Formats: sequence, C-alpha cells, structure tokens
Amino acid sequence: MAEKSYRDAIHEALMEEMERDQNVIVMGEDIGVYEGTFRITAGMLKKFGPKRVIDTPIAEAGMVGTAVGMAMLGMRPVVEMMTMNFSIVAADQIVNHAAKVRYFSGGQVDVPVVIRGPHGAGVQLSAQHSQSFETFYGHFPGLFVVAPATPADAKGMLKTAIRGKDPVIFLESPALYGIKGEVPDDPDVLVPFGKSRVAREGSDVTVVAFGRMLHLSMKTAEILSSEHGIECEVIDLRSIRPLDIDPVIESVKKTHRAVVVQEQWKPYGFGAEIIASISDAAFDELDAPVVRVTGADVPMPYARNLELLAVPHEADIEKAVRQVLYK
Amino acid sequence: MAKKSSKKKSLVIDENACTPEWTELLRKMIFIRRYEEATEREFRRGKIGGYLHVYIGQEAVVTGIQSAANQDDLVFAGYRDHAHALLLGSDPGRVMAELFGKGTGVSGGKGGSMHLFDVENGLYGGYGIVGGHLTLAAGAAYALRYQETERLVVCYFGDGAMNIGSFHEAMNMAGLWGKQGMCPVVFVIENNGYAMGTSIERHSALTDLSARVEAYNIPSEKVDGQDLFAVRGAADRILRQVRETGRPYCIEAITYRFSGHGAADILQPYRTKDEVEAQRSRDPITILRNRLSEICGLTDEDVQEMEEWAEAEVKKAVEFAEESDPPDPEELYRDVVSEVAD
Repeated sequence: MAEKSYRDAIHEALMEEMERDQNVIVMGEDIGVYEGTFRITAGMLKKFGPKRVIDTPIAEAGMVGTAVGMAMLGMRPVVEMMTMNFSIVAADQIVNHAAKVRYFSGGQVDVPVVIRGPHGAGVQLSAQHSQSFETFYGHFPGLFVVAPATPADAKGMLKTAIRGKDPVIFLESPALYGIKGEVPDDPDVLVPFGKSRVAREGSDVTVVAFGRMLHLSMKTAEILSSEHGIECEVIDLRSIRPLDIDPVIESVKKTHRAVVVQEQWKPYGFGAEIIASISDAAFDELDAPVVRVTGADVPMPYARNLELLAVPHEADIEKAVRQVLYK
Repeated sequence: MAKKSSKKKSLVIDENACTPEWTELLRKMIFIRRYEEATEREFRRGKIGGYLHVYIGQEAVVTGIQSAANQDDLVFAGYRDHAHALLLGSDPGRVMAELFGKGTGVSGGKGGSMHLFDVENGLYGGYGIVGGHLTLAAGAAYALRYQETERLVVCYFGDGAMNIGSFHEAMNMAGLWGKQGMCPVVFVIENNGYAMGTSIERHSALTDLSARVEAYNIPSEKVDGQDLFAVRGAADRILRQVRETGRPYCIEAITYRFSGHGAADILQPYRTKDEVEAQRSRDPITILRNRLSEICGLTDEDVQEMEEWAEAEVKKAVEFAEESDPPDPEELYRDVVSEVAD
C-alpha cells in the first residue's frame, strides 16, 4: 500500500494495463503531446508511442465509434472524454452502437471499450461543462456504469473495466483528482463491478451516495456523530449499472431510515431509482419516507454564489438526516 | 450459394476474356434478385416483421466489390445488407431465418433485417443508424493494421449517409490515419440517388459525392454501379492499392434501386413510374447477361438453368426459416453484456 492521489491511481492503472497488454491503447483529445487536460495521460505518448496513445481531432462521435470498431476486433481502447459533457456528442456511438452490437449480433462480438473522464460540477465551469451522467447512462442496458470515489477504487475499477468484455462508462470527477488514499501496489488487484461497500458503519440512518457526494456524506456523518451523537451508515454504491442494492437493503433493515444524495437534478434521477429499489425490498422496514438530497433543478450557473446554491452541501445532508429522524 | 474461394485474389480479371468466374457472378446476382423478391413476398405474407430493405437493382455493386475481396476481409454495411451477407458466404437459410425472427438466424433472431451479423464469414454487421457505422469501420481498419495483418475493411453506405456527423468524423479520422498507413478501408458509396425518399439534389449541397470524400484526403472515383465489369475492374485495382498502402479509398458506385426504399414504401411519391422504367433499361443483371452472351456465348438455356437453381435455393431458404423455431425465451436476457458481474 502507498498513499496516492486519485489522478495518479488512474494514471497508474492505465500505465500498468498498457504494459501488461499490447491491445490496450488510449485515445482522446490532447492526451498525447499536450499530456491531457487533467494530466491523467502525462508521459504516456513518450513511453508508448503514437500508435498506442492517439491524439484525436475534436470529434467525439469519431473517437468513440472508431474505438468501438477497434474493440470489436480485439483491441481494448480507453477513450478519454475531456469532460463527460462532450460524450453526448458521441451518444449515438455509445448508446446505439457500443451498447447494442453484442445483443443484436446474437453475442458474436465483444466490445471492450472504456469511456472515461470527469463529470459533475467543477469550479465555475458553467452549464455545458458541469453535468452529471449517472442517470443518463445508467438507463441503457448493454453498458456498465461505474463511479469510484477513492483512489484505490479508481485504480481497481479501471483495471476491471479495461480487462472486461463490455463497454464501460467510467465516471470521474474534477473535484476528486486531488484527493489521496491508500492504493494497493499489486498490479493485479481488481475491484469488481456491482459491489457496493459500507464506507462507514452506523445504526441510525442509512446514507446512500457515490463519487464526490460520498465524501460529502462521510464528512457530514462525522460531524453528526461527534457533535450530535447521530450515527449514519454510509453506503458507497461504486457501481451505477449494475446496481448492488443488497447492502443498502441490509442497512435499511438495521436503521429503518434512509437518505439518498446525488449531485444534480431530482426529476427522474438516480435517487428515485434507489428509493424505488428500497421500496421494493424493504417497504415495511421504513420508519420514515426516504429523502433525496439533490442539486437545484437548473443548468449550472457560472457565478460562484449561484453555483454554490446549485449543488448539495454538508448542511443539506444534515438537514435530510434530521428530517428522516424527525429531529 | 457457392462459397467463394479462400485463395487470395492477386490477378486483375480480364474484361474481354470469358472466365468461369464471370458466369458464377451472374449466377450470384440472379440468386440475390430471386432471394430479395422472396423476402418481399414473405413480408407481404406477414412472415417478416419490422422494416425490410431490399437490394433489387443494386446487385452489381456489392457483387463486383466482394468478388475482388479476400475471404478474410471484413464488411460493415448499412441496413440494406442481405446481399452482403449472402455474398460473404452466410447460409441463405440462416439469413432468411433472421428475417423471420427465428433462433436459427445469423444473429440469433435478435437483429433482424437491419442487423445481419456473421463474424465467421467477415460480416461485422448491418447497422440501422444511417452513417453511424462508418466510424466503426475506420476503427476496425486501424485495428487490422495495428495487429499487423494484410486484411482490409470494406464499408458500404448510401448517399443518404453522407450528411450525418459520423460520416464527416469517420472520413477525417480515416484520412488522418491513412497518412500513417493505418487505415485500410474501402468506403463504398452505394449511390442510388435517394436518401430514403429525398433525392440527392434535395439532400446534398454538393452533389458530387466523390468530391466530398476527397475533401478528407481520401482518393475517390466514380464507377457505373450497374456494370459488374466496371465495378469489378475498379475494385480489383483499388483493393490491391488499399491493402498495400493502408490508406483509405472511396468508390462511388452510381446505381439505382428498383424496389421501394422499404417494403412499406408503396406509393413512392418522390419519383415517377417513368423514371423507374427508364432505369430498368439498365438492369445490372441484363447488362451482365448480354455481355456474357457476347464473350462467353452464354445462352438462354444457361440463364434458365441459373434461374431454376436460384429459385430452388431460395425455396430451401424460405422452408428452413419457416420450419425453424423462434428464439428460446431465455434468449431475451442473454448477450446484453458478456456476463453479469458477481
């Protein structure tokens, strides 16, 4: 184990997998010569050369579509979206092609393509660069959608994505790149998809989150514990599709109360899916309606004060926890 | 339908000499015509669901080009893909079974007419988002070079596919990668003059389609898509060049579809009966047949024999499809992803 940043964990996963398997390549906008907007791919062009580190034109449909074609032929392309917002330009290639070819070919092809990059709010990136995509991509069968919250998970889950046989939407966050955590040194430590984890044990309220919101939830849980004696059990979902709801249900059976935290828009969102799943499996266990903490239902504004109003904060989570406790 | 030879093509076919291959290609074109007519019949009988787009009138394009390709080359096609599968060596019964939505279909009954797949025979799919598959073809071509093979990709699409963003992004990336010899793909425009019901004059600001491709540093040439000799001649030369250089090349085959856009396109308000009649005078099968009468002494009896053979083969394919079972209900959830994570 060594302490590493989330950014370095992703970089390391890419480097190790490229060394391990000649079929792994990376492609994206300004990832080679420029070394990446978030410097995830720094040094890779020099080490692996232009056939394996491909600077693409600004053409998201082109880069994802070509990656899908490569993947169907046995390569393992990892496509960097400078931000996931740009992936909408490639939505046809992701949703109509990557997610479908295995099925409508009757299982004749694998599509091991990873589409990774930051999503969600940054700092004053405004409306076209701040959106969250778990709900959008989580809707489509044929895709895996994951959102690691820690450096160890980022590395282990990216390796699982690269070594798999299916298209993976790998959701990072600009706010997470700098966080640090213990990361296993063993290059073959993989973190499987579809495994939620109890990030913090507690007996009073279950708090469900992933990605950046997990860290907010953890901070809130510590404050509630030390200052008010309220013990939250925090579940890190890690994987949006497939969703591992069992640890959430187990927790709700213990706490009988739950809060779901998501960074952005409430209508038809990820939180609603979690609540419906709790209702399906543990309706009788609930002592209070499950509460959603969400961002404001607006495009992301630029002005810092407005932006701060548009995303959830610790105080919002605390309020929701108190609400389900009737405190 | 006879399987094509597995040996690599190296010689350019002689247009003035009678070779058995010419007659074989006529047989294939007649077979495709009879097969497509049968699919239209079965659609009207309610045996085929969804959409059905047939290749009637365009047979010489894919027949000529695939006759110049190697057994291990790959094909990406649009949704008008039956002929492509048949020429690659897919079992005609299994292709028909796919259209019938049967478990024995080439795609297991999950794709249908627009999504024929037969990877073993080099068919990497028919695709239903017009122009969406061009990027896949360019990426597959990159992979073939990356893996240091001599294989190439043939990517078919219609004139109507040239206005979507994916077309431009694929062309630009193929042109770029071609500079490094990393993109051996032959783009084949099956230019039948219509994007569904919108004529080329109404859908393309620049109607010289080859010129549009050349804007991306991809050489291109027009060929008479109704003349098998012309298509084959160009394909021989171009495929050899693409294989050698790893640079993309485009063939614009000028053709015409005699049938409607799809089986439901009955009124065809976008074109006149006179126009279709005039085009029928350039039926690719008649053109080839006349040519072979000249150089091979092909007789009416020879053609009659081919027709009877084709009818019998098509009948067998329809019977196979009819007798096959629908997919097992368990298939519903199979192949969504490779496996559900533990």
